[in-house]
Amino acid sequence: MKELKILAVVVVLTLITYWGVEPFAHSQMHPHVDAPDYTFKDVDGLKGTQGNVENGATLVQANCTACHSIESQGFPQIMDDASSAAAYGVVPPDLGSAGKIYNADYLAAFIKDPAAASKVGHKFEDGRVHPMPGYGWMEAQEIADMVAYLQSIAPETMSNKEVFTDACQRCHGIKYGDMQNGTMAAFTPVENIKSYMGKIPPDLSQYIRSRSTSYLHEFINDPQKHLEGTAMPRVGLTQEAENQVVTYMQEVGDSKKPEREALGPKFLIYLVIFAIFAWLWKSKQWRDMH
Amino acid sequence: MAKIEKANSVGEWLDQRLNTTVLNKVMMTEYWIPKNINFLWAMGVLLATTFGILVISGIFLMMYYKPDVNLAFDSVNYTIMQEVAFGWLFRHMHGVAASVIFLIIYIHMFTGIYYGSYKQGREMIWISGMLLFMTFSAAGFSGYMLPWGQMSYWAAMVITNLFGGVPVIGDALVVWIRGDFNVADATLTRFFMLHVFLLPIVIMGLIGLHFYTLRIPHVNNQDSDEVDFDAEAEKYLSGNKKESQVIPFWPVFISKDLAVLGIFLIFYFYLVFFHYNFAMDPVNFDPADNMVTPAHIYPEWYFLWSYEVLRGFFFDVGPIKAFDIGLAAFGFANAIFLVLPWLDRDPKILPAHRRPKFFIWFWILMIDLIVLTIWGKLPPTGTNAYIGFVAALAFILIFVALPFVSKSDAKKRGE
Repeated sequence: MKELKILAVVVVLTLITYWGVEPFAHSQMHPHVDAPDYTFKDVDGLKGTQGNVENGATLVQANCTACHSIESQGFPQIMDDASSAAAYGVVPPDLGSAGKIYNADYLAAFIKDPAAASKVGHKFEDGRVHPMPGYGWMEAQEIADMVAYLQSIAPETMSNKEVFTDACQRCHGIKYGDMQNGTMAAFTPVENIKSYMGKIPPDLSQYIRSRSTSYLHEFINDPQKHLEGTAMPRVGLTQEAENQVVTYMQEVGDSKKPEREALGPKFLIYLVIFAIFAWLWKSKQWRDMH
Repeated sequence: MAKIEKANSVGEWLDQRLNTTVLNKVMMTEYWIPKNINFLWAMGVLLATTFGILVISGIFLMMYYKPDVNLAFDSVNYTIMQEVAFGWLFRHMHGVAASVIFLIIYIHMFTGIYYGSYKQGREMIWISGMLLFMTFSAAGFSGYMLPWGQMSYWAAMVITNLFGGVPVIGDALVVWIRGDFNVADATLTRFFMLHVFLLPIVIMGLIGLHFYTLRIPHVNNQDSDEVDFDAEAEKYLSGNKKESQVIPFWPVFISKDLAVLGIFLIFYFYLVFFHYNFAMDPVNFDPADNMVTPAHIYPEWYFLWSYEVLRGFFFDVGPIKAFDIGLAAFGFANAIFLVLPWLDRDPKILPAHRRPKFFIWFWILMIDLIVLTIWGKLPPTGTNAYIGFVAALAFILIFVALPFVSKSDAKKRGE
């Protein structure tokens, strides 16, 4: 009984200290932000306008393919990564999967005004302009048509890695994804991305360990919430695409998670058995003592 | 030469040459421990086991770790964590054990303070224990640098900078410790040497010393009763086990230790597998970058109380800079426990609950250390800075008060 009281004191003091230095301290250091909004209701989106795919095809081919490739539709990349980064500041994305991984309203808003939709207006002041011109001068219907076309050509399913590649890899590398051949480096060369973003965007190999999953979701959904003034654009991923991105980061950065979670309970069961035998032995030894 | 005859067993053969029967008696079966103890007396064996886990997991980690600023981060986070079979397990075990061992050290230490096991003949036990605490702290700090993450780098920066406060030779001392003008490759390599060689050797030596210091004054007990170990051992050996106030280390004492160890290991391995962020700070999974200062720099939880004493004094007093006051207070905090046996002026060994004023003193100290620990992690702004200041000042006053508090208890008892 006395020992249990002592144990209770030790446990309570330990838990108070733990609570203070972990949950409490972290809540003080990282202020709470609103949950991610995957409907992007703040953007100037489609507002319910239905698009025409055929008309969209014509518009996209006339307006977009000068800079953007759509490999799946026979519009190859015109320049290599280094040359297009030199020309635009950053490698323009292939549009083949845009209709799938980006929210439709966000996509419409982005086409109209890229800097506003991606919340990086602060980067393009004093005569500096976003490398993609806005198409706000088009009719709302035409924008909707282009979005409809992009949705129609997007693949049905994509792997986690494909989503990461299309959504993130133009700026971010994730080198642990392929240490042997280095294929998971950022597409835009370092010197271009540095001058475009102001600094080299971090390699994401260990972000699953250095940031919590909830932080990653909040941050990707709207980088300004946690890091006001950051050069990272809001990219408008759908919830599904964002989950795939974070899952890929986990597959790369915490690849032993399944093994860890499978092995843990086995260890604990073994230790419970050890503890039972240890207590039995202790009882036997101490029986003669009192 | 000793008389050697044909041995009938390996045991006998060894006994003739190494006197193992006597050794076994002296070290195990007739090494006497008081019977009147609780589970807090098992912390020593828990510490020895956790140190063993650290050594073994450390050996495996060292097989793949690369002490080079360009390779260290990936050797830990890619090679060990993703490629090597069960490398992640050894790293988690090592990282979590490094943190948990301090929890047990603190429990062990405050058990000693509570029951008065540091004085009247037990001073050397206390001093060797505090030396162990210091070398473990150095080992914790040097080990934290090795993954070469952001916290590794910036903690190294902040802590090595402290030596700049030493009068006259400060600046030269910082360069000497770092091996460079900055925290750099030379710093990493020498802290690797300290962590895997010099400090473990010193710790092992000190553990031997710590065990040896227990021999003459013996282990204390729950009521601080004066035990005549020879007479009680006599009773035990003559079969009067119930009456005897002592038990042999093996198997009686160790059986209780193992029972406590069983519970402890469940807790420890639960942390290893499912709850490790407290010991492996997420910020340290960002590679070291000398161009980007993390928003919040803080040491591991077990250094927070002394870190808060350091930064609690945040304003200049006349011509004395805040940094220097903090540094002096930090020095005080790290040295004062060492002289605890002489600050306690009560000539009698008694548990705290039988020393009314000391009892209050003990719990104020505990509360102050917990406050310092928590506020040591919080951003030192606004009210936090003042709470930190008060707690840091209180820490010093608590130790200044100890001689008076302990003397007063003795006087009240009429001594």
